[in-house]
Amino acid sequence: MPTFVVEARCKNNQKCVEICPSDIMQMDPDINKAYNVEPDMCWECLSCVKACPERAIEVRPYADISPLGSEISVVRDDKANTIKWDIKYRDSRKKQFEFQIRTTPWDSIAVNPVTSKDNISLDDQELSREPEMLLTGKELPKPNALNLKAGAV
Amino acid sequence: MQVRNVESDVLIIGGGMAGCGAAYEARTWGKDLKIVIAEKANIDRSGAVAMGLSAINTYLGMRWGENTPEDFVNYVKGDLMGLVREDLVYDVARHVDSSVHLLEEWGLPIMKDEKTGKYVREGKWQILIHGESYKPIVAEAAKKAASEIVSRVMITHLITDSQDKNRIAGAVGFDVRDGSFIIFKAKAVVLASGGATHIFRPRSVGEGWGRTWYSPWSTGSGYALPIEAGAKMVQMEIRLVPTRFKDGYGPVGSWFLYLKSKATNVNGETYDTNRDRLRANYGAYADAKPMPTCMRNHLMMEEIKEGRSPILMHTQDALDTREKEEAGWEDFLDMTVSQAMLWASQNTDPKERWSELVPTEPYIMGSHAVNAGAWVSGPEDLAPEEYQWGWNRMTTIAGLFAAGDAAGGAGHKFSSGSFAEGRIAGKAAVKFLHDNSGLRTNLDKEVIEARKNEIFQPLENYQLGKQFITRGSVSPYYLYPNQGLKRLEKIMDEYGGGITSFYSTNSTGLGRGMELLDMLKEDLSLLGAEDLHQLQRAWELNHRVITAESVMRHTLFREETRWPGYYYRTDHPKIDDANWKVFVVSKFDRNSGNWSLEKVPVYNILRTE
Ligand SMILES: Cc1cc2nc3c(=O)[nH]c(=O)nc-3n(C[C@H](O)[C@H](O)[C@H](O)COP(=O)(O)OP(=O)(O)OC[C@H]3O[C@@H](n4cnc5c(N)ncnc54)[C@H](O)[C@@H]3O)c2cc1C
Ligand code: SF4
Ligand code: SF4
Repeated sequence: MPTFVVEARCKNNQKCVEICPSDIMQMDPDINKAYNVEPDMCWECLSCVKACPERAIEVRPYADISPLGSEISVVRDDKANTIKWDIKYRDSRKKQFEFQIRTTPWDSIAVNPVTSKDNISLDDQELSREPEMLLTGKELPKPNALNLKAGAV
Repeated sequence: MQVRNVESDVLIIGGGMAGCGAAYEARTWGKDLKIVIAEKANIDRSGAVAMGLSAINTYLGMRWGENTPEDFVNYVKGDLMGLVREDLVYDVARHVDSSVHLLEEWGLPIMKDEKTGKYVREGKWQILIHGESYKPIVAEAAKKAASEIVSRVMITHLITDSQDKNRIAGAVGFDVRDGSFIIFKAKAVVLASGGATHIFRPRSVGEGWGRTWYSPWSTGSGYALPIEAGAKMVQMEIRLVPTRFKDGYGPVGSWFLYLKSKATNVNGETYDTNRDRLRANYGAYADAKPMPTCMRNHLMMEEIKEGRSPILMHTQDALDTREKEEAGWEDFLDMTVSQAMLWASQNTDPKERWSELVPTEPYIMGSHAVNAGAWVSGPEDLAPEEYQWGWNRMTTIAGLFAAGDAAGGAGHKFSSGSFAEGRIAGKAAVKFLHDNSGLRTNLDKEVIEARKNEIFQPLENYQLGKQFITRGSVSPYYLYPNQGLKRLEKIMDEYGGGITSFYSTNSTGLGRGMELLDMLKEDLSLLGAEDLHQLQRAWELNHRVITAESVMRHTLFREETRWPGYYYRTDHPKIDDANWKVFVVSKFDRNSGNWSLEKVPVYNILRTE
């Protein structure tokens, strides 16, 4: 389903242009609205669809494999941290699904530098917050025996 | 033209799983360092995880005694027919659980068994997640860790130091939005620019050309950048041919392992357990347990060749509860929406009828059930001398580190292992700076100027060439990037072991393919770019072509069929352990244009039996 933009709904905020990993959502300079400039390099990842606050972007599945008539719509809510999918079949059957997307609020991650209290050093194999984060109550695993002779197979 | 200079202590190229891991870890060890991520898209939705994932494929479960790092090494070694860097695999294994726990702490929903409190296993190594927001969660940590993120910059070349040609000094590229030329000067660089798709012609055609299983924006920068800078590469001959749902490219892992869906040939017969068929050519490897991924492909390919296709995935027998139906749909809605839409558009309800499976076109990767990439130094405490020349994950260019798809030799890292390996490389880069304090980097003005001219040439080619024609895409003076890409795909498909030759090639075919590739390389100086977006496409094509050439050279050098089901050398149809149970390591010399290839021994470092 390469994407397409419904002209009446596009408000020119460029959210889709900012997010598309393929760099194919771009502005049409004549009408100042977004469009998919290279549908055959679209992965149908729906990143743009999820990012558009106006719900102006829709999808029409790849013409070479998909008969016309089906529809998909998706609402990603980053307050409730859910994603809702509505799928309509070509023959009008419907499927609905809702899934969780995150367990913590957005912008809640902390990145704390290693300090001298952490008892690990640049010369050790431990990464930051190891070995605690292994949750094994043990040290970082080390191999029992090593066989370092050249040519060993 | 605008020129921008960005200086840093650590430059991370590519803010995907590995790049975000590197930024996080480098910051925790280097509180005051300037850490910059250069990313061609927007790290909230970039790389292979842009859409999301429905599983973490590498998790040992050491906290519950489920697996040990030794178990994992044995598994990866078996799956890749013996050719793995055990030191690297072990290293990923021992750090991957703590990395997954970090992801969970950040808010990635991992499914848990209500009774036991343990993660729900998809398979022995895989756990299930609600992973639609996997990438934006990881990106949030990277944004907090990095001093600066330069988005929408296409890195085109690495730059080595003018005083010491074997040490990294930075990279150059251009801003895809405003067209400025950006010079990144850095003391250490972590290369995390991903794998490669569209090296081989995909099964998809027309409007669906971009629907490959791995992301179309994985354009070989993880390989071309280090190759062009003179870094040694390993295992570039191995390519992943995943079995996928036909046309939609839905992954099969969750279906086979979690939902216990069965695949059969057209007659309803199971085909993937017949080891007798493997023994003649592949000896003891035929008895490896579990059966290596490539060999399972091989058995499927034999069915197809012998006329017992289509191969059917009997989803209708697997989705017997609402929970399972949801799990099946979420699998695709989280990471391959096309597959869900294909069902809807073709009126296929997976609860009611089967879907077809096919072996896809080949992909070049370092993180999946293959291990192509840069030849990197191993961890200090367990790598043999031959695998250790400096800091962990450092390439053969001093100060240049690699992780994820870009780092070769390990394999089976997947999302969590790539993230963990990025962390390993991020820490090692900080240690490199620490051990080399007072390091000065020097950029050669002439080299930079030459790169600048080369980078923007396609814009000029287009402007000049278009004056000669009325309109349209046909010009004798320039080639559009997508025209060049189609030529590359056709060459690789027909001569390098793609789908139309049924994954087969031989020395004559490879030789002919390389002749054609040489002419394509000449034509790359005539690429025409209408705008900055097309200029990005032009450089992506350059990177894909360099990647493809190394694939061809490695494939020609290895005179055996090591991974049946990934590719076949029809002139050397058997596994030849006596001569080829070795790594093939290559090096390109940018000055002479010569490639050198060598055999490097495989060490079985761990006494695991
Ligand atoms: C459909 C699909 C399903 C998968 N399923 C699973 C699964 O279930 N479980 C699992 O664990 N793994 C899964 N994987 C694999 C996982 O996604 C990869 O192993 C992992 O993302 C590799 O990480 P990486 O950092 O090496 O590459 P990426 O995550 O791809 O990151 C590469 C980054 O580099 C950037 N970049 C590339 N070139 C340049 C350049 N020239 N200049 C600047 N930036 C550049 C890209 O934009 C990107 O951000 C799946 C992948 C796909 C596509
Ligand atoms: S995000 Fe939506 S409203 Fe904004 S430019 Fe794109 S299509 Fe238009
Ligand atoms: S679906 Fe993905 S690839 Fe396609 S236009 Fe939208 S963001 Fe870009």
